[in-house]
Amino acid sequence: MSDVPKTDNRSHRQGIGEATQVVASLWFSVGKETLSVISLQAAKSHRNERIAVNVLRGAAVFVIFAIAVLIVYLAFEGTKTFSVDKFPVWKFLFSSDYDPGNNLGGSAVFITGTLLVTGFAIVVGGPFGIAVGVFLSEVAPARMAQILKPAIELLVGIPSVVYGWLGLTLLVPFLRTHTSSPSGFGLAAAGIVLSIMILPTVISLSEDAFRSLPVSLREGSMALGSTRWQMITGVLLPSASSGLTVALILGIARAIGEALAVQMVIGNSSQFPRGIFAPTASLTTEIVIDMGGAPQGSFQEHVLFSMALLLLLIAMALILLVRFALRGRG
Amino acid sequence: MLSSKALAVVALGLALTLPALPAFPAFAAGSISIAGSTALLPLALDAARVYQEQNKDVKISVSGGGSGTGISQVAGKAIDIGDSDILAPSHPELVDNKVAVIGFSVITNPGVGVKNLTKKQIQDIFTGTVTNWKDVGGPDQKIVVVNRPRSSGTRAVFVKTVMEGTPVSESGLTEDATGTVVSVVKQTPGAISYAAFSGTHGQSVSELSIDGVAPTDDNIVSGKYPVWSYEHMFTNGPPSGDTAKFIEFVQKSADLAKKNGFIALSDMKVKETDR
Repeated sequence: MSDVPKTDNRSHRQGIGEATQVVASLWFSVGKETLSVISLQAAKSHRNERIAVNVLRGAAVFVIFAIAVLIVYLAFEGTKTFSVDKFPVWKFLFSSDYDPGNNLGGSAVFITGTLLVTGFAIVVGGPFGIAVGVFLSEVAPARMAQILKPAIELLVGIPSVVYGWLGLTLLVPFLRTHTSSPSGFGLAAAGIVLSIMILPTVISLSEDAFRSLPVSLREGSMALGSTRWQMITGVLLPSASSGLTVALILGIARAIGEALAVQMVIGNSSQFPRGIFAPTASLTTEIVIDMGGAPQGSFQEHVLFSMALLLLLIAMALILLVRFALRGRG
Repeated sequence: MLSSKALAVVALGLALTLPALPAFPAFAAGSISIAGSTALLPLALDAARVYQEQNKDVKISVSGGGSGTGISQVAGKAIDIGDSDILAPSHPELVDNKVAVIGFSVITNPGVGVKNLTKKQIQDIFTGTVTNWKDVGGPDQKIVVVNRPRSSGTRAVFVKTVMEGTPVSESGLTEDATGTVVSVVKQTPGAISYAAFSGTHGQSVSELSIDGVAPTDDNIVSGKYPVWSYEHMFTNGPPSGDTAKFIEFVQKSADLAKKNGFIALSDMKVKETDR
């Protein structure tokens, strides 16, 4: 038992060493690029400008370093479940036998929970957010939009613990009295809280998508005698589809990553939900609940890191999807 | 020109802040950081308050997190004292300092109206065999089981002494602190859970008798009520300095222990092995 932490420390150092190498090579590539752009002016100009260039370069390298350390560390810790503890990857993904004290790390319940609450949020919050985006861009009088926009932006600034608390004090008792759920905690409570939390993201991005469409589309559509509704559904919605896709994907990304607000209302029971109002758990909530008590270097800690790694991979996949959707727009 | 001005500002800033540093709490003569069991939390907080009143130069920070958190953080030397309801057999480097005894009640929402359950009935409820209060002498109402997370000491004590080793079903809710559990049980009709006396006494929840024995200090001291455990303040290696003094202070403060729902070590007539 006492050997475990030692091995741990060494491997951490190895991981960070690898990261440093990556960063060193990045430093030079970033440096070259920056210099090739500014080299002519830089050679002639003041010392201050060279300092400024170095500060900017430093900032860029620091960001890359931070991201690299995060990815390398998570990749390193998150694969220990499979490399050190020899727990099969397919069992981690598809088994629901979760009992880390007895070396069982099946995380299917949490993966399903994450997919379900995120799906719930996007099915409820997505269309609603796009509708408000259309309203702000096409229907609302300028004055009203001026008031609504900052109000929606305010929603982004509210900390997630406040959303969770409101969910706990308003939504959970409401669901307890009005649904089949005896406690009120569960999938629906988490999904509703999340769908409100993703609204600002979806609304602002879809409004931007509509506003970026050329006026000629609207003029042409009106000239052909279409009503405003026909113009929105027949012309604007299809034209803005790639922008709307991005709005939805970033909404999904926001929902998948939320931990605290979800943890407060989902019920945290590690079982598949038996219905839409039943309690369950997700990847983020299980990490929140268990991370404090997971002994360093234990199987439990490794499994939690694997869940974190899985969340990182999902986030990466979503960012790639956004790039793909934007490229489609050409 | 610019840089010399900047230098002057930095120098002035340093000159102003450096003498102020020793006054900052983190740099005070003695500081003790404590985290872990939310069952022990009320006593730890109260003892820290009184101790700091008597020793103005010592700063004590106390937080919860659960017994598992306390053990893993003190083992990682992130804190000075790790509070726990359970032993830490996997960490031989930790020194066990017993400070008090705490009882745990099985609690229900007051609307349930059940006052007594047998051990067998409680086991059936927490394994998910019985899911309606009418099957154990209550109203026709669904049972909402509330658990603590796997790393919880309270849960470990409950599983050992009431469940007799049978694991609890995961179908219930899970809440990560004694206070949260008590407030969820208070608000949720049909809810049942378990929590330390320090969090349940005086709250508007029903505290059940088990096999006809009421959850009281007297019944624990005399060995009739089985659901109790020592509260431990683990240190990484033998405690020293302010940490040692504070632990000794907690152990000797029988009045503080009683006030917060704990039993002083000196009052115990039975041993843990007598159960």
